Amino acid sequence: MAVVFDRPKALSKVSTHYCPGCTHGIIHRLVAEVLDELNLTDRTVGVAPVGCSVMAYNYFECDMVEAPHGRAPAVATGLRRALPEGIVFTYQGDGDLAAIGTAETVHAATRGENITVIFVNNAIYGMTGGQMAPTTLPNQITQTTPFGRDVKLDGYPVRVCEMLSTLTGTAYAERVAVNNVKNVNAAKKAIKKAFTYQTQGKGFSIVEVVSSCPTNWGLSPVKALEWLEDNMLPYYPLGVYKDIGEEENK
Amino acid sequence: MAEKVLMKGNEALAEAAMRAGCRFFFGYPITPQTEVAAYMAKHMRKNGGTYLQAESEIAAINMVLGAASAGQRVLTSSSSPGISLKSEGISYLAGSDLPAVIINIQRGGPGLGGIQPSQSDYFQATRGLGHGDFHVIVVAPSTVQEMVNLTYDAFDMADLYRMPVMILGDGILGQMMEPAEFPTESSRKLPAKDWATTGTKGERKKNIVNSLYLDPAELERTNFERYERYEKIKATEQKAECFMTEDADIVVVAYGAAARVAKNAVLAARDAGIKVGIVRPITLWPYPSDTLKEVAKTAKAFLSVELSMGQMVEDIKLSIDCAKPVYLCNRTGGMVMKPDEVLAKIKEISGGLK
Amino acid sequence: MKNEIVIAGFGGQGILFSGKVMVYAGMMDGHQVSWLPSYGPEMRGGTANCSVIISDSPIGSPIVNDPEILIAMNLPSLDKFEDAIVPNGVAFIDSTLITRKVAREDVKSFYIPSTQMANDNGMTGLANMIMLGKVIREVPGFELDSIIAAIKKVVPARKAEMLEKNIKAVEMGYNYEG
Repeated sequence: MAVVFDRPKALSKVSTHYCPGCTHGIIHRLVAEVLDELNLTDRTVGVAPVGCSVMAYNYFECDMVEAPHGRAPAVATGLRRALPEGIVFTYQGDGDLAAIGTAETVHAATRGENITVIFVNNAIYGMTGGQMAPTTLPNQITQTTPFGRDVKLDGYPVRVCEMLSTLTGTAYAERVAVNNVKNVNAAKKAIKKAFTYQTQGKGFSIVEVVSSCPTNWGLSPVKALEWLEDNMLPYYPLGVYKDIGEEENK
Repeated sequence: MAEKVLMKGNEALAEAAMRAGCRFFFGYPITPQTEVAAYMAKHMRKNGGTYLQAESEIAAINMVLGAASAGQRVLTSSSSPGISLKSEGISYLAGSDLPAVIINIQRGGPGLGGIQPSQSDYFQATRGLGHGDFHVIVVAPSTVQEMVNLTYDAFDMADLYRMPVMILGDGILGQMMEPAEFPTESSRKLPAKDWATTGTKGERKKNIVNSLYLDPAELERTNFERYERYEKIKATEQKAECFMTEDADIVVVAYGAAARVAKNAVLAARDAGIKVGIVRPITLWPYPSDTLKEVAKTAKAFLSVELSMGQMVEDIKLSIDCAKPVYLCNRTGGMVMKPDEVLAKIKEISGGLK
Repeated sequence: MKNEIVIAGFGGQGILFSGKVMVYAGMMDGHQVSWLPSYGPEMRGGTANCSVIISDSPIGSPIVNDPEILIAMNLPSLDKFEDAIVPNGVAFIDSTLITRKVAREDVKSFYIPSTQMANDNGMTGLANMIMLGKVIREVPGFELDSIIAAIKKVVPARKAEMLEKNIKAVEMGYNYEG
């Protein structure tokens, strides 16, 4: 009998700790499928962040390093420089990448560090229980913006792909989402391109995945995906923000 | 041993690190250690290694964490305020059992402090170089030659015990030039780094470098295991130099540049007929308590000579179970005592003994 | 032998460099040596000084608080270090830039118009080496040959044209009578 669906080899045979309806599982799977398809798992080192995906080191079947909060791009830089034949990716949430680790993110990008960053943007701090993230939308209610994010006092959300696309060192920046099948397929294509660029030594690549947090948004998984589409995508438009491969092909 | 060359302490540290097989340096500029980075920038890439100026000390120490995870000998260097920024990463290095060498060429503090030589990071280095239950090995050279020798040994101890090692210097040692020669290789037998995250190459199970243990029992067990290793280090790695202590009534305890100033005073005191000697700790963690205990059998009083507010006095008292009085002769904030100031203190103590 | 020396002047006068030449020569002659600069943000235009020790026994403190030899290349340096010179010590004064005399009567003083000499002989910036030449002439334990050998070590290869000039400057100071 032909196998039509199986667990990717790069995904460990364990249950994750993620909440029901969380999209981390989908994104993990996409990364693992890409590692399988590009035959990279054996030479890949992943860097886990602090945040909901802190235990990603248990879920990917490649060598893994757990980084301090926000420092994954710096840890990845050390690894990448030490492993010229290796493949190095970070898997980071919005607080890790765009708040406490902004400096590390921006400078890894501007150095053109040859790493792949998987950036999961769900507009909230998940692990600590639903506080305001740098990507929390205006008026969005969180534990620390109980009356909604007041941009006059709490500031505006950060658009990461737009920001990083201004840097010469960024090779590829694309924003995708995992709220429906079409978008999931597009997300996988983007992740594959990001890893492919790393194998080609093109430099810093980032795939921002707009995703949901049913638990801390206080919505059912299905409603959460609807909320994502209605509220996040207008503020965080999907698309390619930078692609030096495309520019080279022009 | 090759020909002697005249080098600044900071440059000697960098050269010794490269000769000890370090091929990765990540740093951020800060006075008075910048020559380490400058020397690395000049030579590391030519030697096939990586020199990278990070965006901050925080990023630098985490790049160290990355390269150390890949099993490489890696160095970072800074001065006091920068070390505070690195302390997060140092805690993670310790918690992940990663070897790395960290140089601190101390300047006066707290806060932005000053840029002149100081030893006021003693507590930070020996007690609290980050959150959590852990230690780093701390070595304290006193000459440029010793900066060279201890750098080799720092990398060896880091690899042997899988932990960070700090080379604790100060602005005087970093900036001064003295002749030094470079040993050809280090001497310790070291274990293979089979824990490194280098990619499985399909030949082994995956490796994980991690300091997260959500199960408190498991975290306690890893801490217990780490402290067993620390006990072994305390038993085997204590290092100190004794000078004229055999018949000494007064024993000066001083490390690094302060020990050099103190030595002038001790020689002058001997000329004046006072029986005084020096114990110079070379390791500050583990502290050379065994040596001090031994000396305390015959000594009548101890004198800590340091460029800080008596931070080392505690370790002397702990080492000798407060069996003898411990006095203090110190300057701080970047001021360095003259030998005469130490001599006066020795004479004062000597007068009280009679 | 034991010489404790302070060289002091403006940043940019080659204070640290001439100290380096001295310790290199001392090392090549088999002595113990140390060199310690003042350091800080005054890279140019501020004051600079360095402590140099050349000794036949191991060197304790590398800081020279009370110099046996002072080389002063500007007035603030003489003002700062004059009182610290040990009794019967020696002072070498750049008399182009320091117009006053050394007040201490227990210090032997030499006045060398080294900045003027350098400027007059197309050696601007080498007053430090002219001073050094005079020091090795007057202080026992230094040899001209050792200093020249040290200069050859210390002047970087990419500045080869500076080598001859440096040596010439040292010789000019060495031969200066005054």
